[in-house]
Amino acid sequence: MSKPKFAMYWAASCGGCEIAVLNIHEKILDVDANFDVVFWPVAMDAKYKDVEAMEDGSILLTLFNGGIRNDENEHIAHLLRKKSKILVAFGSCACEGCIPGLANFSPINEIVETAFSTISTDNPQGIRPQTSYQMPEGEIHIPTLYPVLRTLDSVVDVDYYMPGCPPESHQIGAVIDLVVQVLQGKAELPPKGATIGAGNSTVCDECKRTRNVKTIKEFSRIQLMHADPELCLLEQGIPCNGVATRSGCDARCPTAGAQCIGCYGPAEGVIDYGARLVSAFASVIDANDPAEIDRILDGLVDPAGQFYRFNLAGSLLKAGKSAFQRSNV
Amino acid sequence: MTQRITIDPITRLEGHGKIEIFLDDDGNVANTYFQIPELRGFERFCVGRPVEEMPLLTNRICGVCPEAHHMAAAKAADAVYHVDVPRTGKMLRELLYSAFYCTDHTTHFYALAGPDFVMGPDAPVAERNILGVIHKVGLEIGGKVIQMRKYGHTVVEMIGGRKVHPCTSIPGGLTKGITEEQRKEIEEMGKWAIEFAHFSLKLFADVVLGNKAYVDLILGDVYTHQTYYMGLVDENNKVNFYDGKVRVVGPDGKEFVKYSPKDYAEHIAEHVEPWTYLKFPYLKKVGWKGFTDGKDSGVYCATPLSRLNAADGMATPRAQEEHDKMYKTLGGKPVHQRLATHWARLIELLYAAERWVELVTDPEITSPNFHAIPTEKPTEGVGIVEAPRGTLTHHYWTDERGVVTKVNLIVGTTNNYAPISMSINKAASSLIKKGTVVTEPLLNMVEMAFRAYDPCFGCATHSLPGQMPLEITIRDAQGNPVQVLKQFVD
Ligand code: SF4
Ligand code: SF4
Repeated sequence: MSKPKFAMYWAASCGGCEIAVLNIHEKILDVDANFDVVFWPVAMDAKYKDVEAMEDGSILLTLFNGGIRNDENEHIAHLLRKKSKILVAFGSCACEGCIPGLANFSPINEIVETAFSTISTDNPQGIRPQTSYQMPEGEIHIPTLYPVLRTLDSVVDVDYYMPGCPPESHQIGAVIDLVVQVLQGKAELPPKGATIGAGNSTVCDECKRTRNVKTIKEFSRIQLMHADPELCLLEQGIPCNGVATRSGCDARCPTAGAQCIGCYGPAEGVIDYGARLVSAFASVIDANDPAEIDRILDGLVDPAGQFYRFNLAGSLLKAGKSAFQRSNV
Repeated sequence: MTQRITIDPITRLEGHGKIEIFLDDDGNVANTYFQIPELRGFERFCVGRPVEEMPLLTNRICGVCPEAHHMAAAKAADAVYHVDVPRTGKMLRELLYSAFYCTDHTTHFYALAGPDFVMGPDAPVAERNILGVIHKVGLEIGGKVIQMRKYGHTVVEMIGGRKVHPCTSIPGGLTKGITEEQRKEIEEMGKWAIEFAHFSLKLFADVVLGNKAYVDLILGDVYTHQTYYMGLVDENNKVNFYDGKVRVVGPDGKEFVKYSPKDYAEHIAEHVEPWTYLKFPYLKKVGWKGFTDGKDSGVYCATPLSRLNAADGMATPRAQEEHDKMYKTLGGKPVHQRLATHWARLIELLYAAERWVELVTDPEITSPNFHAIPTEKPTEGVGIVEAPRGTLTHHYWTDERGVVTKVNLIVGTTNNYAPISMSINKAASSLIKKGTVVTEPLLNMVEMAFRAYDPCFGCATHSLPGQMPLEITIRDAQGNPVQVLKQFVD
């Protein structure tokens, strides 16, 4: 009997997800032993047209990373959806937009303007890239950028979500183990729509730092102090996002002395990540007077980024989706 | 009949880089265009963010070399705060960075470039990949390559907190140091890395230098361009990846300029073309003269070979020996033959491994003095490191709270956009002539022209990671495909 088929694809991504998969080292051999890898641009030579020629639903498992920045990304998303039984939104970009989703705060023309008017840009004629351009030898084209960055599930139906920027390698390994067990009839797949390769609690729950339920009088910045290596960062005034962020990474960043910036996305049951964080921050503030609370919260120099750093495109703000749907649907 | 050859991404719909080759009526190459079809806009959306987050946000420009962005951003943020990082802090960052270099150069040599040389440019596509290399030179090598990558990432994680997208560099230093136990472990891995680098150089000598056909290929005119060369150098004009001044030498090998990071905008400008989303950096004082080489054209190159050309030598002994050997074999500095970049990359691998051991055996490396609290008002700052694929410049302006108000980035691969375009043009023009049957191996030889640069348009457009999967379609004048060829990807 032929082996089930596996695919992995990058849309608008940085490539970190691919590196994270390569970093599972010997587990790659399990993938190879249990799957027929039919499409994985970074690792092997198979092409778009080969995928097109496959029967619908013939790929058992596709890990899709990267956001949807242009029509090309979207086209591939539709194609792989059609060909795959199980489509996983893999990594923060595909799940919730990630850092590139911060672009959704700005109109696309402003993004292009900024890039083409930096101090080192020599552009007296104000040239901007054209999607089609007539050269002496013929016409050449580049794709049109979408007005906003979109998440995978805003363009196709997604079966599972695997968060993280990128997902930690031990979690990738665990998911591969699970799928292998499912194939051998030893385990069952989680319900559709579930988050896989992560925990059900928060980064704080996994964090080994001591919490004394201490309150703070002001927010601080990590570079402006020598933070205590044992004590909860938030209790030291450093705006750590652990409390609203899904567990699964073993609290990597706080363990290394850095605040959690929220790359695993909203914790289980958290509908609005930013709102959850605001209330968590408010609860450690040592004040009862609303004006005083506001003053302390003002110490957060970038609230928009703090509360929607990774999930702007996929968040309740829906800056991504709604703007896009208005202009395109 | 005129023809148009399109070298498209593996999926036309991927949007990650595209080459158009136009042939004239005689079937000679009329022109080539190398287009970058995406833009993610970090310069815009980093505005408004606290400057200490820049090493975390700009990581996400590229998951292949997040360490480079992490370091350039941290250095720019140090400069914004006018803070001097304590010696231990600097060493820890450079140690992480050296281990990263070993991993990155290994991946490139074995997975991407290796197949062309070990298997030969005209080997069957199915064999021209990392597995083909391993089958030919022995399975044990595959294990070593995995080991090298593993060690590199282990060090990145120990110092940087995470394997991909490190998180510990902050303005003034780092959030953590290393323990003596970790130090010992890192030292052991570093020693192994030195041996691995020697082994790789020996492999290169046996397989490539021992084969006259390859040596001819390297030395031939097809892959040669006389341009300026750029690289970061230390106070002795030796190659350094983490710190120093940017030195540029001319096509004659003589120093053209040596500038401090903060002065980069006096020396570098970026040309704009309407048919691509990426800009073309050039030397401002020489000027943009189009896609042409020579002393009067501001086009420069920033690659492993460029760094060696731009420096007087290597700061570590064994790498220096290998450096001398290369220049002796190839006839002195500068070397213009682009394929020698692969050799230079392995010399850099050895340097990075030696530097790794040097740093980890420094008595101060485990000192708790790895962070200095900034005391001055944040304003503006530039940070430059050598990314594996070229000099990386981050420039930030902030308000008095250290919130970013403006950003300028000139990333690794971008430096080489013009020379890559020229190399593609030259290789295509030399190899595709009237009456030539355009075969897959032939087009692979065109692609070898840009593979030497190890282009990573994840950095450039913030969309394509590492390697470039390509499909090549040759069309007749009516746009009907005549032939479809594919580029291997590993
Ligand atoms: S707020 Fe941060 S440092 Fe504190 S317990 Fe949570 S994850 Fe750990
Ligand atoms: S601690 Fe937070 S930012 Fe760091 S890896 Fe975990 S979820 Fe991501």
